[in-house]
Amino acid sequence: MSQPIIEVEAVEYVYPGGDAETPALAGIDLTIAQGEYLAVIGPNGSGKTTLLKHFNALLIPTAGRVLVDGYPTAVEENLPLIRTCCGMIFQNPDNQLVATTVAEDVAFGLENMALAPAEIRRRVAESLRTLSLEHLADHPPHLLSGGEKQRVAIAGILAMRPRCLLMDEPTAMLDPVARVEVLDTVRQLHREQGITVIHVTHFPEEAARARRVLVMDRGKVVRDGPPQAVLTDLEMLHSLGLQGPVAAELAFALREDGFNPPPGIIHGRELVEFLCSSGPKH
Amino acid sequence: MKQSITLGQYLPGESFLHRLNPRFKLLSLALVLVTLFFVKTLGGMGLFLALLILFSILVRMPYSYLLRGLKPIFYIVIFTLIIYLFFTKGGAVLLRLGPITVEEAGVIQGAFVVGRLIALVLASILVTLTTTPLALTHGLEFFLTPLKLIRVPVAEITMIMTIALRFIPTLMEESRRLMLAQMARGADFETGNLFRKARNLTPLIVPLFVSAFRRADELAVAMEARGYRIGARRTRMREETVSWRDWVALAASGALLAAVIIAGI
Repeated sequence: MSQPIIEVEAVEYVYPGGDAETPALAGIDLTIAQGEYLAVIGPNGSGKTTLLKHFNALLIPTAGRVLVDGYPTAVEENLPLIRTCCGMIFQNPDNQLVATTVAEDVAFGLENMALAPAEIRRRVAESLRTLSLEHLADHPPHLLSGGEKQRVAIAGILAMRPRCLLMDEPTAMLDPVARVEVLDTVRQLHREQGITVIHVTHFPEEAARARRVLVMDRGKVVRDGPPQAVLTDLEMLHSLGLQGPVAAELAFALREDGFNPPPGIIHGRELVEFLCSSGPKH
Repeated sequence: MKQSITLGQYLPGESFLHRLNPRFKLLSLALVLVTLFFVKTLGGMGLFLALLILFSILVRMPYSYLLRGLKPIFYIVIFTLIIYLFFTKGGAVLLRLGPITVEEAGVIQGAFVVGRLIALVLASILVTLTTTPLALTHGLEFFLTPLKLIRVPVAEITMIMTIALRFIPTLMEESRRLMLAQMARGADFETGNLFRKARNLTPLIVPLFVSAFRRADELAVAMEARGYRIGARRTRMREETVSWRDWVALAASGALLAAVIIAGI
């Protein structure tokens, strides 16, 4: 494991006007290393999004502290640095695009960084190329599909050369095809550029793509481990009102019916392998 | 639902006007409009209009777009003409309908004012047809810059205009969707008099406002997350270049103004 990029130390958070008895975050300790792919799951109101918003200083802890790349988020002067280091993608693709054309939107973050115009143009072109969006450069955002909008948002973040991509349910409003399109883009960035990915999601299948899964409940981290362990602990997931990936649920049901699939099945492919190898032999 | 909504009627192209720097274009427009108010005679106004039309032919503006741009002022033109024809008195009586007369001064004045009105809109259309709304916004920002001295947040105002341009099509699409949703539940947007129609729009306006505020909230967070800070220094991806065309346009408009003042037409 390499350097930590995000360190969370005894963080508590109460929303302004919120009840101090039931904080949104109730004591969280966490270290995320550079290059990790982390998924965060949990029931509604468990504090997933609140936690994510701490990672680029949109929220500042009520108690405890968050360090991004070693810089505390509570210090105002660190903000430009932190927001360049950790880019964030939101749920609604429409409400995060600012400019009237795709290229101008990708340039938005760079303009905020006050880079030279020539450098901005260079990075915008590069970012659009990486995400295969060049042909849409002059399109107005409202004419794009949901998946395209979300990829434009990613391009806008990527152009800022972040080391960490924070995603708050980025696929919740997309159709299945666009969902895979966005997730594959993210996986490619993670693999090829070593970008740290922190992905808040409602979909167990998406969590299964991560290499570490965090389960949150009532402002606390209740489970932290590899997906093969966390996502197959269906008793725990069900008790929180969550579901495991379909493959894990199916493997669980098979086990109850007396079959014996190997432990740690979370992907459909693994289940298929088991089923095909243990079918009736003629 | 995916039709393109043109704003400010921008017409993509490569004409002389398209390639002007928006700052110079706006400045030239301002000079032309000022010139318009120095024109004193009906003949001068006719000459001015003829020049404008000749110019739009030279830069190959499709006349259908120009006519479409003039449509909104059609009723104003008619109304103005009627007022002048019947209420401005002087000179020979051209027409008598009982107690109502149309006199020479009315005709001349009416034609003059209508000519000015048309020239005003025509010149502005030539600019909006050949400039993207975004470039217009950036051009305007330049002229508003002095206001920074009296603490007007010019950069923020420009940002607001840009965002408005970005979201008008989105909100229009949403209003269409809401309208369909309400019609599916039996809402009636088509019949009844004006008041009734206006009242029937309530179930459309309220959710549209709610959603606009929600959007604004989310957008503000997204902008902040991308490093936008009010009052912080920003740069622009687009650099507006200045070419010989810009100086020609500016010099020509200046010359026009001088010529009209000197000739006194």
